[in-house]
Amino acid sequence: MPLNVVLEKLMGGMGVTVSIFLLTLLFSIPLGLPLSLARMSKNKVLSVISGIYISVMRGTPLMLQIIVIYFLPFYGFGINVTSGYRFVAVIIAFSLNYAAYFAEIYRSGIQSIPKGQYEAAQILGYSRVQTFIRIVMPQMFKRVLPAMTNEIITLVKDTSLSFAIATAEMFTMAKQIAAKEASLAPLMAAGVFYYVFNLLVAHVCKRVEKHYDYYRI
Amino acid sequence: MELVKIENCRKNFDGEEILKGISLSVKEGEVVSVIGPSGSGKSTLLRCACMLETMDGGSLYYAGKQAAHEENGRVSYASGAELKEIRKTFGLVFQNFNLFPHYSVLKNVTEPQIIAGRSKEEADKKAKECLEKLGLIDKISGYPCQLSGGQQQRVSIARALALEPKVLFFDEPTSALDPELTGEVLKVIRDLAALHMTMIIVTHEMNFAKEVSDRMIFMEKGVIRAEGSPEELFGSDDERLRSFMGKLNGN
Ligand SMILES: Nc1ncnc2c1ncn2[C@@H]1O[C@H](COP(=O)(O)OP(=O)(O)OP(=O)(O)O)[C@@H](O)[C@H]1O
Ligand SMILES: [Mg+2]
Repeated sequence: MPLNVVLEKLMGGMGVTVSIFLLTLLFSIPLGLPLSLARMSKNKVLSVISGIYISVMRGTPLMLQIIVIYFLPFYGFGINVTSGYRFVAVIIAFSLNYAAYFAEIYRSGIQSIPKGQYEAAQILGYSRVQTFIRIVMPQMFKRVLPAMTNEIITLVKDTSLSFAIATAEMFTMAKQIAAKEASLAPLMAAGVFYYVFNLLVAHVCKRVEKHYDYYRI
Repeated sequence: MELVKIENCRKNFDGEEILKGISLSVKEGEVVSVIGPSGSGKSTLLRCACMLETMDGGSLYYAGKQAAHEENGRVSYASGAELKEIRKTFGLVFQNFNLFPHYSVLKNVTEPQIIAGRSKEEADKKAKECLEKLGLIDKISGYPCQLSGGQQQRVSIARALALEPKVLFFDEPTSALDPELTGEVLKVIRDLAALHMTMIIVTHEMNFAKEVSDRMIFMEKGVIRAEGSPEELFGSDDERLRSFMGKLNGN
């Protein structure tokens, strides 16, 4: 296989990897919030159900979740899926899984807001919703940024798990080419790509954290 | 007119009775200070008055409006809408300020006003007026973390005043401050007293309390053990009261 074809294939995989990464963040970051609220809810049913959900998502392998979600329509409901469903299944599995992790991060962030903030808001006439949106959420977000960064860096590497259902992302491509060419070079190239991608992600996260340096909690 | 009236307030924590039936009324323009040893229930009383804690017994009125009353041994509070109105009549200054750290000084003072229904312009004008009065006008674009404790406490007083409460509660407003910073906060409260702001102040600053109060209340173990003018309390021959004040002056 000529080098330019190899590189082209890897580049294509890279695009898919970046898409998985961005779409997962797009869905899981907001989804984690209602999940964490449900987890902390005084409503027993809500908090137990979300607690079980979070614990299952965090306690079973992501690769298994990907495979289950991919095969569920067929084995569960007898629906034949198109090949495009591969990518959709990956996005669903990643979003559901990462939402669980983010929910726990948000929960610890929300619980670390001092009681005095709620009390001051109550005395000053803020409603509960206003208190949450204006006072708690912004401070929670700043507090959880370091933990979010860790999780996001893990996500970059986790995207490679979607090789389990042969999604045409970076790692799957590299593995295929490596097998065909009997060479480690494609895998090395993939490794370099993940590393550089993560440097970039870490840099962006640092910038976001810096942006919030204008105040201390 | 009585702005605040608390009747027979009782409060338990973990089965232990912390407030054992406290009654207190405060008239418009009156400055009342509450003193007493640690753990006597001063903060709990203030928190019950501000409805940060629910009472286990007793009633509560603000400017004649009923916030809570006891019925068949249970305390029932007014409806959400009524309480919202009643809350507008009082403000509370916390020991540790509880400013919103993610807001600038100005926004700390404007946002509660906007939430109360004022326009952005009105809120801005009022906030600047209050901050100016408290000598903080050059700090308005700063953040709480950039201020000294004394400045933070003055911002929190400005924040409370901007809402124009009829009564202001203070829970040990200088206890979290370095000794050299207490003066600037006490001065602000003194100025408010001179303007006949109605205030209820929990404090360990005896000299300040003596000078600023119309009436002093000495709490011990969940009851009011003595009450009267500063002269009456300082001249009292109650052994406990004397030893408490003596201890504080000795320090
Ligand atoms: N949320 C709570 N849960 C359980 N016990 C509490 C709670 N708040 C206060 N207490 C108890 O109630 C008693 C009175 O506390 P409070 O804070 O009202 O005292 P205080 O007079 O303000 O003391 P200090 O001068 O130290 O501030 C204390 O024994 C305290 O441990
Ligand atoms: Mg106290």
